[in-house]
Amino acid sequence: MSGETSALELVLTGDPELFAIVQLSLLVSLSAVLVSALIGIPAGAALALTRFPGREAVIVVLNAMMGLPPVVVGLLIYLLLSRSGPLGPLGLLFTPQAMVVAQTVLVTPIIAALTRQTIEDLWVEYRDELAAMDVGPIGRIATLVWDARFSLVTGLLAGFGRAAAEVGAILIVGGNIQDFTRTMTTAIALETSKGDLSLAVGLGIVLISIVVVINALAWGARHAGERYAG
Amino acid sequence: MTMRTPALDLPLMLLDVTVVARDVTILGSISLKLEAGPPTVLVGPNGSGKTTLLRLAMGLIPPSRGLVTWNGREHSPPKRRAILFQRPAMLRRSSIGNVRYALAAADVPRPARAGRAAELLADVGLTGLERRPARRLSGGEQQRLALARTLARDPDVLFLDEPTASLDPAATKSIEDIVRKVTARGVKVVMSTHDLGQAKRLAGDIVFLHRGRLLDHGPAADFFAAPRSEEARKFIAGELLV
Repeated sequence: MSGETSALELVLTGDPELFAIVQLSLLVSLSAVLVSALIGIPAGAALALTRFPGREAVIVVLNAMMGLPPVVVGLLIYLLLSRSGPLGPLGLLFTPQAMVVAQTVLVTPIIAALTRQTIEDLWVEYRDELAAMDVGPIGRIATLVWDARFSLVTGLLAGFGRAAAEVGAILIVGGNIQDFTRTMTTAIALETSKGDLSLAVGLGIVLISIVVVINALAWGARHAGERYAG
Repeated sequence: MTMRTPALDLPLMLLDVTVVARDVTILGSISLKLEAGPPTVLVGPNGSGKTTLLRLAMGLIPPSRGLVTWNGREHSPPKRRAILFQRPAMLRRSSIGNVRYALAAADVPRPARAGRAAELLADVGLTGLERRPARRLSGGEQQRLALARTLARDPDVLFLDEPTASLDPAATKSIEDIVRKVTARGVKVVMSTHDLGQAKRLAGDIVFLHRGRLLDHGPAADFFAAPRSEEARKFIAGELLV
């Protein structure tokens, strides 16, 4: 039996090990995106609407952070969470929580930078109208975030894509422990190095399927925005 | 249609007002008194300062020098004032969503918003387009929707910046009809236009601006019959003012 056929069987028969890995991967990545959204959207909106010395430098750094190397982030989080690190007493190293932290560090700049750009563009358009309607600062942010929601969803999905496909950071801080911190990407790396291509290809099929679904959702969000909000 | 009591926040006074931006004087030493009554129409060539004067009066920009007062009060523009921009931005919502937003911003209680929004859309002739995304309306429809949004504030004073620029005659007529309707209701309209025919049709008094200076202000009939400045005479005659 070829490796690919076995992989398909694993997927189609709902292999428990494969789906436990998929489940953990989704849980970690979705948690990271949720935390990143809670941080990144308000931070990006605030950066879009405020002016202060050094703002341009902050934007440049934020944009640069979208391309943070995952292994470097993994290393930094490892140093923070290791027993001798400042956050060592929390005992998070080699847990799914540590993986969420690492992915949050990777995804937050993406969501914050895309939010900043989206909100700033919309603010240029809305500024006079909102000022004329005496809308206060909190109301402005709420209005801009709400009216940009379809674009922001696309940003969230981009962040999820980054998290789901990432391997370096979670490998370092999660340790790729079977039945505990093993995700799709770390499992693919491990199984490939072991020569067990069936599970690796099966996980690859699931991962690619998720990427396709994410893109379909992004497309749907954009078109829903055009349809309902113009 | 009921006539409201004259606005308590008028007269709107501009006292020796100057606006300077990036070392360029946009408005220079303007003094103007706007009282309740028929529309005041600002006319003048491009770059004369009409838009800046409207924004200044609305309170969107501060004067570099001089004072703007509402019924003698400085730094306290009333809530019941509104402005229609020449190119209004449509919020990314439905037509009725745009009006409901303006009603919420004007602190209209939530239970009253749905009915009031429908009335306002009917007032500007957009009944039937409630659910259409505002950005998909035609130019004339967008302008009328923006007008409905300004009326949601139940303004005592309504500033209109070139409200019919680039609209076709039918859309222009519908905007002018709304201006007459709100004026009859007791709303003070202050508007700018390039269209002297429109100024003749709507204006009670005319303010003529040229290069940031107020060169004439008086009853519309007097302005067109006997302009006080050479620049105004040339402008009325259709000559280029350079």
